[in-house]
Amino acid sequence: MSEAREQILAGIRRSLKRGRLDAARETELRDRVAAHRRNLVPARAAAVARVNSPAAVPEAVARYLAAENLPADLVLAPDLSLDDILWDARPLLRTRRGRAEAGDTVSLTRCFVAIAETGTLMLISGAETPTTLNFLPDTHIVLVYADQVVATYEDGWDRLRTDGGMPRAINFITGPSRTGDIEQRIELGAHGPRRLHIILVDDRQKATDGESK
Amino acid sequence: MRVALFVTCLVDFFRPTIGFAAVKLLEEAGCTLEVPRAQTCCGQPAYNSGDRADAKAIAVQVLDGFEGYDHVVVPSGSCAGMIRVHYPELFADDPAVLPRAERFAPRIWELVSFLVDICGMQTVDARWDHRVTYHDACSGLRELGVKDQPRRLLASVGGLTLKELPGAEICCGFGGTFCVKYPDISDKMVSDKEAEIVGSGAEAVLAGDLGCLLNIAGKLHRHGRRIEVRHIAEVLAGMTEEVPPIGLPR
Amino acid sequence: MLATSRAFEANARAGLANDNLQRALALMRTGFPQRRRLAVERLPEFEVLREIAKSIKDHTLEHLDFYLELFEENVLASGGQVHWARSPDEACAAVLAICRSVDARIVTKGKSMIAEEVGLNERLEKNGITTVETDLGEYIIQLRHEPPSHLIAPAIHLMKEQVAETFRAEHLALDPERSLAEARQLCDEARAVLRPRFLAADVGITGANFLVASTGSSIIVTNEGNGDLTQTLPRVHIVMTSLEKLVPTLEDATTLLRLLARSATGQEFSSYTTVSTGPRRPGDLDGPEQYHVVLLDNGRSALLGGEFQDMLRCIRCSACMNHCPVYAAIGGHAYGWVYSGPMGAVLTPSLIGVAEAGHLPNASTFCGQCESVCPVKIPLPKMMRHWREREFAEKLNPPVYRAGLSLWAWVAKRPALYHALVELASRALGWLGRGRGRFRTLPLANGWTAVRDLPAPEGRSFHSLWAERRNGGTVK
Repeated sequence: MSEAREQILAGIRRSLKRGRLDAARETELRDRVAAHRRNLVPARAAAVARVNSPAAVPEAVARYLAAENLPADLVLAPDLSLDDILWDARPLLRTRRGRAEAGDTVSLTRCFVAIAETGTLMLISGAETPTTLNFLPDTHIVLVYADQVVATYEDGWDRLRTDGGMPRAINFITGPSRTGDIEQRIELGAHGPRRLHIILVDDRQKATDGESK
Repeated sequence: MRVALFVTCLVDFFRPTIGFAAVKLLEEAGCTLEVPRAQTCCGQPAYNSGDRADAKAIAVQVLDGFEGYDHVVVPSGSCAGMIRVHYPELFADDPAVLPRAERFAPRIWELVSFLVDICGMQTVDARWDHRVTYHDACSGLRELGVKDQPRRLLASVGGLTLKELPGAEICCGFGGTFCVKYPDISDKMVSDKEAEIVGSGAEAVLAGDLGCLLNIAGKLHRHGRRIEVRHIAEVLAGMTEEVPPIGLPR
Repeated sequence: MLATSRAFEANARAGLANDNLQRALALMRTGFPQRRRLAVERLPEFEVLREIAKSIKDHTLEHLDFYLELFEENVLASGGQVHWARSPDEACAAVLAICRSVDARIVTKGKSMIAEEVGLNERLEKNGITTVETDLGEYIIQLRHEPPSHLIAPAIHLMKEQVAETFRAEHLALDPERSLAEARQLCDEARAVLRPRFLAADVGITGANFLVASTGSSIIVTNEGNGDLTQTLPRVHIVMTSLEKLVPTLEDATTLLRLLARSATGQEFSSYTTVSTGPRRPGDLDGPEQYHVVLLDNGRSALLGGEFQDMLRCIRCSACMNHCPVYAAIGGHAYGWVYSGPMGAVLTPSLIGVAEAGHLPNASTFCGQCESVCPVKIPLPKMMRHWREREFAEKLNPPVYRAGLSLWAWVAKRPALYHALVELASRALGWLGRGRGRFRTLPLANGWTAVRDLPAPEGRSFHSLWAERRNGGTVK
C-alpha cells in the first residue's frame, strides 16, 4: 500500500501548497515533540479517601466483599509488590495470581499512579499487570499507596517516561463501567466492571509514629 | 456624538413605531440623530443565501451611507451583527473595501446595548404594568453579547415584572429564509418557544429583533393565545399606547 | 453507508412525526446541555483550554504530513503496522486482508464512525465474517438494522420499550416471560449476551478518538469498557481511524481529553480512557498479538489549505448536535448519513458531495449555539455558509428562490425605488389586514402562513413617516 501512502502525503502537501518540510523545520518539530511541553494544566484540588496500613488490606478486602455479598474469590495481579501483603492472614479469602479469565468475579490490582485532578486511576499493562484484570471481572479492586497520588495527568506522563518506553496499554479509569445509551439513564456495569473499589493505603502517619507495619 | 439610525427592512415595512421608539430613546439619551435616506437592507438575506456578490453590493451602499457617523444604531441584533461581525468577513478578499468595513464595524450597535453600554443609560421613565418574559434573539446574544442590557432597563420600567424563560437563549426558528425553506422544522422550534412562553404565565413577550417577534407573534395568534408581543424599544420608550401589539388591529 | 441526505425534507418530516423519537429528543435536549454546563462551570480554565486545543489542532493540521510520518515511525517501532487507505474501498480491503490472514470468523467492534463511513460491516459480512457491535447503542441499532443517529449515543432516538421489543425479537434463547421493563434489565441482558462474543472474537476493531504521533499510540474514550474488551481479548487489534485524529504529544492529547468528556456528557473524564501502543510485549499475559492502524483519507487531505480546514479540528464530542435546535427537532437520521447535527451539516457535503447533501447546510438558522459550545472553536455556521456559496455559484438552489433573491437585491440597491415600493406595499398590506391585524393566509406567503399567522404591517413605511414628520428637514 505504499502507493496509497505516497499519494495521501502528496495530497496533503498539495493542499497546504508546499512540498515536504525542510530539514530545519522538521528538526524544530521533532524538538517540540521531544520537549513534551505541558499545555495549561487546570489548578484542581481533589479529596482522596484514606485508609490504614498494608497489613489491613486483606481485612478491608474481605469486609468489602462481604458487605457487597460477593464471593471471597480474588484473582490478583502477578504484580510483585502484592507479594508483601499477607493474604494468608485471611484464610477465607481465596486468591489466585494471573490474568483474568471468563469466570472471574473479583480482581485486585495495583495502579501506576492515581491522578487527583479527576480521581482517575492510571494503570499500565505489563508482564505483572495484565489488562484483562481491569475489564473482565464484575468487581475491580485497586490498591493505591499514598505516594502514588499525583496531581495531574502530566505528572503521570512524566513518571511513565522515567520508567521506560510505552506499555502496550495505559488505562485511565474513572469510575466503574457505565452507559447512558437507554433513554439517557446512567446504568452501571455495561461491559466493564460494575464495581470499582479503591483502597488507599496511607502508612506514612504510622511510620513517623515509629509503629511497625 | 453624530448618531445615525439604521432602520432595518423589517421595521421599515412592518412596524415603524419601533424606529420611532428608537429615535425617542436615543434623543433622550442625548444623541443628535439622523436617518440617512439611502438605506434599504444590510445584505444579510443575500449573504446567508451564498450570494456574496449581491451582499457586497448592498454592503457597500451601507458603508457609503453611514461611515461618516460616529455611531450607527440598529433596533435589531441580527442586522447589527451582520454589519459588525460579518462585513469584515464579506470583504476579507477585497483589499479596497476591507479597511472601510473594519473601521466601520466597531461603530455599529444594537439599540439597547448602545443605550446601556455607550450612553450609560441605567433606567427609563416608562411604566407598563405587565408580567413579561423575554426572548434572547440569537445574533444579538451570541454575536454582540446583548444579554444583561435589556434586563437592566426592563427592571426600571414601572410595574413590570420579568419572568425568565428556561430556554430564553434557544432559537425561535425564524432564521431569515429558513422559516420558509424548512417550515416544518421552523414550526417545531417556534412551537417549543410558544409552549415555554405560555408556560411562564407571562402576559407579554418581548425581544429585540422584529424577525423573531413576527415569528413568535404569528404562532401565538395562530393558536389564539392572548399574549402581547412587542419589541422592547416600544416598552422602554413608553410608546405602547401608540400601536397595538404585533398582530392585533388598531 | 448509503446516503439518503437528498431526501432530507421528507426525512425531517418523518422525524417530526415520530412520537418515540420526539420523546427521546426531549430527554436529550435537557440532559446533555445541562450536564455540560455544570462541568464547564466547575473548570475555570475551560475557555483558555478551548483556545489552546484549537491551536494544537491547527498546528498539527499545518504539519500533518510530518506528524503522520512520525506516527507511523513510532507505530512500527512498537511492533504495530500502518495501512494507508485513500478510499473506503482501500480501508475495507485492508481490514479484510488482515482478517483473512488470521482466518477470522468473528470480529467484535468498538464504536467507530470511520467504520460506518466506509461500510465496513457490510463488506466483512459479505465475506463470511460475523461482525458484532459491542457498544450498547451500536449493538441495539445493529439488531434493528438502523444507522447511528448521534455521534456518541447511536441509539439515542429509541425509547426503552423499543429496545426491549428488539431484544425480545433477537435474543430468542432467553425466557420469553422475562421482564425487560427497566433500563437495568436491558443493560444486564446485553452484558450477558455480548460477554461470550467478546471472548470468542478473533479480531477486535476499534476507532480512535486521538492518535499520538510522539508514541505511535491510539486513544479510545468510552464509558462501557466494551472498547477495551474488544481490543484486549482477541489476537488482533485493528484501529480504524482517519488522518485528522492526530496530535503531536501525550500532553497535547491530555489537553484535548480534558475538553472531550466535559463537552460530550458533562463528565470530567470518561470511565475508561485507554492509550494503546503496539501489540502485547514479551512477558505480557494478555493483549493482542497484532496491532494494526488503518489510516483513512477519503477527502480529508483535500480539505487542508481551503475554507473547510477548520472542520478537521473536530474531536467528535457531539456538543454541537446536543445544543442544536434543528437536531433537537428532527433527530439524527434525518441527515441521512453517518454524521448528523451541525458537524454533519459541514462534513457530509465534503465527503459525499454537495449535490447529495446540499440540504444539510441549508437547514440552519445560524443561531450559533454549535460554535459557542465547540471545544475546538470550529466556526460551523460560517462553513455552512461556504457550502451555500458553493451551491449558489453552481446554481443548485431552486430557480424561484434565486429569482426572488435577485429581485430583492436589485431593488435594495436602488433606495429611491425601494422606498417607493415599500411604502406602496405596506399601505396595501396594511389596508388589507386592518380588520384582524394579521393574515391567516396570503398569496405567495404559504411557506409562512401554513403554520403561523402573518402580522399585518402598520400601513406606512418608516421612511415615509420620517420624511413627513421631519418635513424634509434633516432627511438626506
